[in-house]
Amino acid sequence: MLVSELKEKLNLKVFGGNSGLNREITGGYTSDLLSDVMGFADQGKLWITLQTHRNVMAIASLKDLSAILLVKGQQPDADMLELAEEEGIAVLGSDENSFEVSGKVFNSLMQKS
Amino acid sequence: MNRYRADLHIHTVLSPCGDLDMSPVKIVEAASFQGLDIIGITDHNSTHHCELISKMASRQGIFVLMGAEITTKEEVHCLAFFEKLDTLKEFQNYIDVALPDTANDPDTFGPQLVVDEDENILREEKRLLISALNISLEQAEQKVHSMNGIFIPAHIDKSRFSILSQLGFIPFGLKADAFEFWGQGNPEIAKLPGYDGKTPFIRSSDAHFIEQIGSKFSYIEMENRSFENIRTAFHTKGRISLAG
Repeated sequence: MLVSELKEKLNLKVFGGNSGLNREITGGYTSDLLSDVMGFADQGKLWITLQTHRNVMAIASLKDLSAILLVKGQQPDADMLELAEEEGIAVLGSDENSFEVSGKVFNSLMQKS
Repeated sequence: MNRYRADLHIHTVLSPCGDLDMSPVKIVEAASFQGLDIIGITDHNSTHHCELISKMASRQGIFVLMGAEITTKEEVHCLAFFEKLDTLKEFQNYIDVALPDTANDPDTFGPQLVVDEDENILREEKRLLISALNISLEQAEQKVHSMNGIFIPAHIDKSRFSILSQLGFIPFGLKADAFEFWGQGNPEIAKLPGYDGKTPFIRSSDAHFIEQIGSKFSYIEMENRSFENIRTAFHTKGRISLAG
């Protein structure tokens, strides 16, 4: 499923990094600990988190993740968005919490395959 | 050049996890007994005991770095120090705005007490001080330096609340004045991504109990003790050595 397709399906906000909307999502990873994501998230995963600082983008780029999904109505820091544009990785947003939105993302990806 | 014994990471009874015995008078007594020349007063997200301890310590010939151990939004602990009282107060305001409005439960986390010279309780801090501030690591570093402070990521070798446990690397462009070890320090740390190869390491006790004060410390070499001389020592090769 493309990032843009998931965005439509779950009615997600797009904060920035629009050039990354055509990336392919291969799965999801929900974590707020960057060192955990660094160690265990694979290429193409959608990263669901409440962290909103620039180092999130650094990890996303390093691990070649498909997009970031911020939960609970969190707003990205300005320098996070700058990096999102630079790296071409979309930053999405939802008002739901990690549990709820992870469930929906999981179901969407399962239906698709 | 003189060599000064410094333990730059000490909590007081104002930190919920700080022992009830960690009053200003007992901290100064212990620091003096341990032969410390410089101490850092670093309560969680609070600076309210710094002025008193600085005053009391100076009578014993001990120099105090006044500051706090802040928790960034990444849950990375960092020490921030300021020379002047007005800057310290300005930084306290910066913290106050960014601290979540979560009440402390003293039975769970411990009491957060502000006391006077004679250990009388003046007030209790109501908001939970160990919460994460709504400030990122980089924002905190830039703020501290814009206020002419000293910025030190704390206990980077701890498996929680450290830059390495939370991020796993030292972010590009982060201008730390030093990095703090709590344990013996792992030489591998110097090879980690983002380390510039020259920022010095210090070691401190992170004391929450009286007997921990000075159990770990660093030697700082300089002509005499001042905020600026400490900063200069951090920025000059070979002036810091670890002990304890």
